[in-house]
Amino acid sequence: MKIKQGTSQQSQQALYKQMVTKAEPKPPRLRNAIAAFLTGGLVCLTGEGITDFWEATMGITHKQAGDPTVATLVFLGALLTGLGFFDKMARFAGAGLAVPVTGFANAMTASALEFKREGLVFGIGGRMFQLAGAVIVYGVTTAFFVGLLASLLKMFR
Amino acid sequence: MAKKRLGMQTVQLEQPPVIIGAGSAAGPMEAEGPLGLDFDQTYPDLTIGQQSFEKAERQMMIDACNLALKKANLTQKPPQIDYFLAGDLLNQIITSSFSGLQLAVPFLGLYGACSTFCEGISIGSMLIDGGFADKVLCAASSHNAAAERQYRYPTEYGSQRRPYAQWTVTGAGALVLASSGQGPRVTHVTTGKVVDMGIKDPFDQGAAMAPAAVDTIVTHLKDTGRKVDYYDLIVTGDLARFGHEMAIRMAGQQNVVLDERYKDCGMLVFDPERQDVHSGGSGCGCSAIVTAGHLLKQMAQGKVKKLLLVATGALLSPTTFQQGDNIPAIAHAVALEA
Repeated sequence: MKIKQGTSQQSQQALYKQMVTKAEPKPPRLRNAIAAFLTGGLVCLTGEGITDFWEATMGITHKQAGDPTVATLVFLGALLTGLGFFDKMARFAGAGLAVPVTGFANAMTASALEFKREGLVFGIGGRMFQLAGAVIVYGVTTAFFVGLLASLLKMFR
Repeated sequence: MAKKRLGMQTVQLEQPPVIIGAGSAAGPMEAEGPLGLDFDQTYPDLTIGQQSFEKAERQMMIDACNLALKKANLTQKPPQIDYFLAGDLLNQIITSSFSGLQLAVPFLGLYGACSTFCEGISIGSMLIDGGFADKVLCAASSHNAAAERQYRYPTEYGSQRRPYAQWTVTGAGALVLASSGQGPRVTHVTTGKVVDMGIKDPFDQGAAMAPAAVDTIVTHLKDTGRKVDYYDLIVTGDLARFGHEMAIRMAGQQNVVLDERYKDCGMLVFDPERQDVHSGGSGCGCSAIVTAGHLLKQMAQGKVKKLLLVATGALLSPTTFQQGDNIPAIAHAVALEA
């Protein structure tokens, strides 16, 4: 592949892009997938353990124990972020830590920690949702439309 | 054509200014890297005893400037400097202007992204050769955490980085240019054009900047009528491993063979085997500390006599890439001779 001088900018750019895509080092997808599978599974296993624990100690049903479990995992994610371990663990785990609720906790806590220096209102208050805000906006929007669809289906059934 | 101009983009300095002193201040990871022992000052942690990363970067730049001034025997307060030319990566180049406040000398703020160090040397040399200044202090800096939080994610956010991603160097470099004295001389300045080869991925800055580096190197050689082997060393600023490879290929297409005398500061500053930096280093501080800390020492020891330094900058902001713009890039070259 040779980029010819004097040809149009678009064709030079297109050729360069091909050159780059071909040569650029690829992320180790298989390794990342295995790491995500193992760590994601480990997070879920921990979650199950925590659910069993709340079920036994608080005398509630397994389903009811789900809520305190989420809170516990969020707490753990936030704690590990604050202690400076989460980003190092996530570098290995990737999606395994990002997809469960621990990733959400990390996005919130990391932003809050980062912008603490700009003050409580404009720093922590204004910037805490910088990363996690999108998850909430589209989570709520999706939930609204799914709920709407579900109730419509119920009406016409 | 103006009498000191050569070709399209190059200036030949009639009375080549001399680098009479240089100072480098580097962060903890850089101190552990292969050039760790070359840096004049290193810090055990990223905060450098300051309240924020931005204040830490400021402290580094001031430390680097003071080191350079001390080596140039300019210890009066305020220093006997006609101009302070500095730039950094933070919004509104706050590191440089706040350092300018402390130095209390005439200040011109520069922004050329990671090409800033060479931009400063270029303008400073022309100011001196033009007879407008006797001594000029040039500085550039970057701070990994301060840059991360501005360009990418909060520092504690967990994510997997691409293998071609680069690691912003924490460090500041400064040097004093003078109309006379002992030290390497700046003989030529080649000012780069903004080049856009269509790269959009903000993590792929090496690939975005490689065409700009090649454009400036090829133009410099054409303007001066020199060949690659005129130089003992050609060093780009922060292309890192992948960008370095792309630059060699692009130059090859224009029949310029960049052989083993071609190196990159982003590859020199970290050890990819030991340090988790992916493709290598980046940032204004990368070329600044490698030049001030390592390359100028190599020249003083006589190991390198003719050096072409080509600092490269990716001219993006979080706004431009989020709005879907390409990443334009620039490279400025200065030729140094011992």
